Amino acid sequence: MKKIFERPKSMYPVSTHYCPGCGHGIVHRLIAEVIDELGILEKTVGVAPVGCSVLLYNYISCDMYEAAHGRAPAIATGCKRVHPELVVFTYQGDGDLASIGTAEIIHAAARGEKITTIFINNAIYGMTGGQMAPTTLIGQKTTTSPFGRTSEEAGYPLKVSEILATLDGAAYIARVAVNDPKNIIRAKKAIKKAFETQMKGLGFSLVEVLSQCPTPWRMSPREAVKWVEEAMMPYYPLGEFKSPKEEGVRRE
Amino acid sequence: MGKKTLMTGNEAIAEAAVQAGCKYFFGYPITPQSEIPEYLSRRLPEVGGCFLQAESEIASIYMVFGAAGTGTRVMTSSSSPGISLMQEGISYIAAAELPCVIVNMMRGGPGLGGIQPSQSDYFQATKGGGHGDYHVLVLAPSTVQEAADLMMEAFDLADKYRNPVMILGDGCLGQMIEPVEFRRRSSTDRPARDWTITGAKGRPQNVVKSLYLKPEVLEQHNLGLQRKYQRMIKNETRVETYLTEDAEIVIVAFGMAARIAKTAITILREKDIKGGLVRPISLFPFPYQTLEKVAEKVDKLLVVEMNLGQMIEDVKLGVCGKAEVHFYGRVGGMVPSYDEIVAEVEKIVKKRR
Ligand SMILES: Cc1ncc(C[n+]2csc(CCOP(=O)(O)OP(=O)(O)O)c2C)c(N)n1
Ligand code: SF4
Repeated sequence: MKKIFERPKSMYPVSTHYCPGCGHGIVHRLIAEVIDELGILEKTVGVAPVGCSVLLYNYISCDMYEAAHGRAPAIATGCKRVHPELVVFTYQGDGDLASIGTAEIIHAAARGEKITTIFINNAIYGMTGGQMAPTTLIGQKTTTSPFGRTSEEAGYPLKVSEILATLDGAAYIARVAVNDPKNIIRAKKAIKKAFETQMKGLGFSLVEVLSQCPTPWRMSPREAVKWVEEAMMPYYPLGEFKSPKEEGVRRE
Repeated sequence: MGKKTLMTGNEAIAEAAVQAGCKYFFGYPITPQSEIPEYLSRRLPEVGGCFLQAESEIASIYMVFGAAGTGTRVMTSSSSPGISLMQEGISYIAAAELPCVIVNMMRGGPGLGGIQPSQSDYFQATKGGGHGDYHVLVLAPSTVQEAADLMMEAFDLADKYRNPVMILGDGCLGQMIEPVEFRRRSSTDRPARDWTITGAKGRPQNVVKSLYLKPEVLEQHNLGLQRKYQRMIKNETRVETYLTEDAEIVIVAFGMAARIAKTAITILREKDIKGGLVRPISLFPFPYQTLEKVAEKVDKLLVVEMNLGQMIEDVKLGVCGKAEVHFYGRVGGMVPSYDEIVAEVEKIVKKRR
């Protein structure tokens, strides 16, 4: 019988600890597939965040660091500066990247640090039980915005991709989603492009992934994928916000 | 052997690092140590290394974390408020057992404080500083030459123990100019580094981490760290004793305060008061045994610090009630003069004579 689907080589044969319907597992798999396709497992280094995906190194088998909350881009910078030949990526949630780690991500991007960031935007703090994140939508109920987020009290949700795309050091910035098969295929393409951008030495690359987080959203997995499309996408439009102009040419 | 060069303490520390094989520096400017990053920004490109001015001390220390995870020699330097920001990362580096060197050229605090020299980060440096049960190895030079020598050793010790090593100086040591000679080392004995992040080529994955969710496992990790600190206590306790043999009163001081105390002792001896000095060079591990021995023969000690009494707690632990322990300190960036120390000793001695 012909094998048409198998586990990526760079993934361990274990099941993940994520909630049913969670987007993290899908994105892990996409990264592993991209690592396999590019044949870079032996020269890839990951930086796991603080958040639900803190155990990333238990699933993807490249060398990894486990960072402090928000500091992954600084760790990636230290590693990449010593080993420019390695492919270094950070994997970060929205609390991690858009709240406590805002300085680190903005400056890594501004420096044009040749690293790739996979940014999981699930509009909430998953691991700590569903508190408000900087990306929580206006009106969205969380355990720390029990009546729904208001702009008067909590300001406006951060559009990370749009912000980072304004920085000259950023070479590739895209927002994707993993709520349906079509978007998952697009997400993989973007992740691959981000890694390739780094490997060509073009600068900083980031893929923001709109991801479902059913448990703290108090939704079924089915409702959650719908909410990504109906509530998140209008505020966080998908697309490439920045793409290398002359691919293969080193930026000055 | 090398020739002597006139250099500031900050420059000497930076050059010693380069000569010890450190190729990577990540830091953020702060007075009174900015000459270290300035020097390295010129010098590191010459040796094929990398100098990077980070956006903050928090980012600096995590860049150090990332570089240290590759097994390379890496350092940062800062002064008190900056070191406070680095404490989170220092805790993570100690937990992940990575080697690196951190220089703290202390200034007066708390808060923004001032920019003049101080020793008021003693507690922070020696008792952990960040969260959790951990220690960094702390070395306190008192001359520019010693700063250069200890800086070179610091990299060896960091590698040997896979632990952060802190050089604890102060603004005065950083700014003063003295002759210094770089005693170049032949190749250093570097322990196997099979744990490093280099890309998992031909071997299973390496993970540099500090997370241990199972309490049984975390306890074992903590106990392992503790065994390491015990080895440091056994092998790395460093102390200078000066004229303690016939002393009737012994001053205990480190770094700049010790240097001033030495001059005070010369003056005291001219006045027929037999002073001696115990100068802890390693502040963690602290030379408790030396103090215990001294207290068996001398019944009066004077602790002199540029703070309001921090090391005195360790001195008292070492002395263990066997001698009187007095204290003299200046703060806020004020440096005690030898006259003040002489007067303080005379007060203590005369009271008893
Ligand atoms: C310095 C620090 N502050 C707070 C925490 C607690 N904490 C753990 S995970 C987390 C939020 C993570 O949320 P996010 O980055 O959105 O990831 P998710 O869990 O949603 O995947 C927080 C606040 C911590 N570990 N460290
Ligand atoms: S809380 Fe959210 S992010 Fe965390 S595992 Fe569950 S669904 Fe995934």
